[in-house]
Amino acid sequence: MSSSFSTTDLNVRNQRNERLFKLLFGLITATLILPVVIIIGTLIVKSEGTLTWAFFTEDPTNGMTEGGIFPALVGTLWLVAVALIASVPLGVAAAIYLSEYAKDNWLTRLINLAIINLAGVPSIVHALFGVGAFVLFFNFGTSILAASLTMAVMTLPVVIVSTRESLQAVPQSFREACWSMGATRWQTIWRIVLPNSISGILTGVILEVSRTVGETAPIMFTGAAFFLPFLPSSVFDQTMAMSLHLYVISTQVPHVPEGLPYGVALTLILIVMVLNSVSIAFRTYLRGKKKW
Amino acid sequence: MASKQPRRLAIESKGLSLWYGDFQALFDVDLKIREGKITSLIGPSGCGKSTFLRSINRINERHSYVRTEGTVEVFGEDVMGEDVELVQVRRQVGMVFQRPNALPISIADNVMFGYELHTAAKPSRFERDNLIEESLKRVLLWDQVKDRLGDVATSLSLEEQQKLCIARLLPLKPSVLLMDEPCSALDPKATAAVEDLIWELRGEYSILIVTHNMAQARRASDECIFMLMGKVIEHTKTEDMFLTPENQATADYIEGRYG
Ligand SMILES: Nc1ncnc2c1ncn2[C@@H]1O[C@H](COP(=O)(O)OP(=O)(O)O)[C@@H](O)[C@H]1O
Ligand SMILES: [Mg+2]
Repeated sequence: MSSSFSTTDLNVRNQRNERLFKLLFGLITATLILPVVIIIGTLIVKSEGTLTWAFFTEDPTNGMTEGGIFPALVGTLWLVAVALIASVPLGVAAAIYLSEYAKDNWLTRLINLAIINLAGVPSIVHALFGVGAFVLFFNFGTSILAASLTMAVMTLPVVIVSTRESLQAVPQSFREACWSMGATRWQTIWRIVLPNSISGILTGVILEVSRTVGETAPIMFTGAAFFLPFLPSSVFDQTMAMSLHLYVISTQVPHVPEGLPYGVALTLILIVMVLNSVSIAFRTYLRGKKKW
Repeated sequence: MASKQPRRLAIESKGLSLWYGDFQALFDVDLKIREGKITSLIGPSGCGKSTFLRSINRINERHSYVRTEGTVEVFGEDVMGEDVELVQVRRQVGMVFQRPNALPISIADNVMFGYELHTAAKPSRFERDNLIEESLKRVLLWDQVKDRLGDVATSLSLEEQQKLCIARLLPLKPSVLLMDEPCSALDPKATAAVEDLIWELRGEYSILIVTHNMAQARRASDECIFMLMGKVIEHTKTEDMFLTPENQATADYIEGRYG
């Protein structure tokens, strides 16, 4: 006689299924990670020797087949910085309005729908909008300003959505506590909601930056130049940019040494990875300090 | 406000009806809450107790679909009147919530939060320290927290947080305190402690307290109101309600024959 705790056929079958699904999902996950590993591995191997100090600090020379990426690096910093200056205040303000002031009516729902749809617009369409609006209509010409504003419009929905989520993560009971003591909306936002959501908002902003760094389409027609070995002196100048530079030396310029595009690509990925790590570290740090 | 003439009405609602969209939550509620007393409000879940409380400090208004009829007066003044400043209503009508909602700032800042909202000049160091000590002593919390006033209030136990939530109302010198099941998130020992505190405040403040706990209502209130489905069924002295309820529904409820 078997005891009441011994294995039945059904147990055996369930355990077999258990192992099977664990293996299956594990394998699928592994295949997903694989491309990332291969990409980064290839970049490291193929860019061998290109990432020197001079690579980051010198101008490209000899038809962009030699020298460094200094103007593109600086140009990307300009583009990202100006885009941030434009999109963060607007996006955060809009998110505060939507989360803290707007009543839940058809207009608010329409605005939310518009934001979601805006996030789905392909970047090349944003590029064309940027040409029409900023380059031509506002007459900024092809310039850092036009390119950055185009990127700002493109990333606005992301900033709005991530900021709104951070604001919503602050428990409603805190707001009620404030209101019930006679705090206005703004006093509540300023003294309680913002201090407790700023970490999430900043994390969102950093992620936005990392996305902006790699964008090519929206700056291609609006302000990024193929080859311009000078640093911009104002936002009305054109500039080189990392993403476009990579595109140009990989497809448009003959006789580029093989290591060069890989070096540029690796640099781009490194910038993004550093930013993402900062963002994750930040979030982890602040989660540890969470006060409720 | 202990010096006020007794026998005034702290809260008086006349014909108060309230709708959430199409759903009517309050039906023609007429209530008189006496000054300096503790009045408990009982009734099954969903009968409109919180809704009634929330119409007094008008915190219901943030839902655009809420509509009210009738009036609510606090010490004879209509809280919904034309030229009423909402912020002043809330200053004078303090509210304690079901879940302690101490703010995620320091204990000291919690006590000063409301006060600072309503005071143009920054209080002096001396005034500030005094207010904090006085308020925390009043809620029997001073001894536990006096050495860590700078700590974040949300690190306190629930009992301490709920006491703090009462303490932070005191510097505003409210004329009425509304408490919506203030002990329901607390364990029995903490409940007893907070109950004792509420009893302590009796006389000095007019208190309207919602509770699910019959024993609490019986122990700790002067008058008792029983509500059912948005209507007031009975309002008498607490001892009368528990000894000789007039209404069959009241009797059923206090004997636990209701949900
Ligand atoms: N914000 C709201 N929107 C719609 N209906 C609500 C809202 N708040 C409460 N109600 C409804 O009003 C009725 C009374 O609720 P409430 O006052 O919270 O009851 P109680 O506090 O007595 O349990 C319930 O039927 C509830 O579903
Ligand atoms: Mg309730």
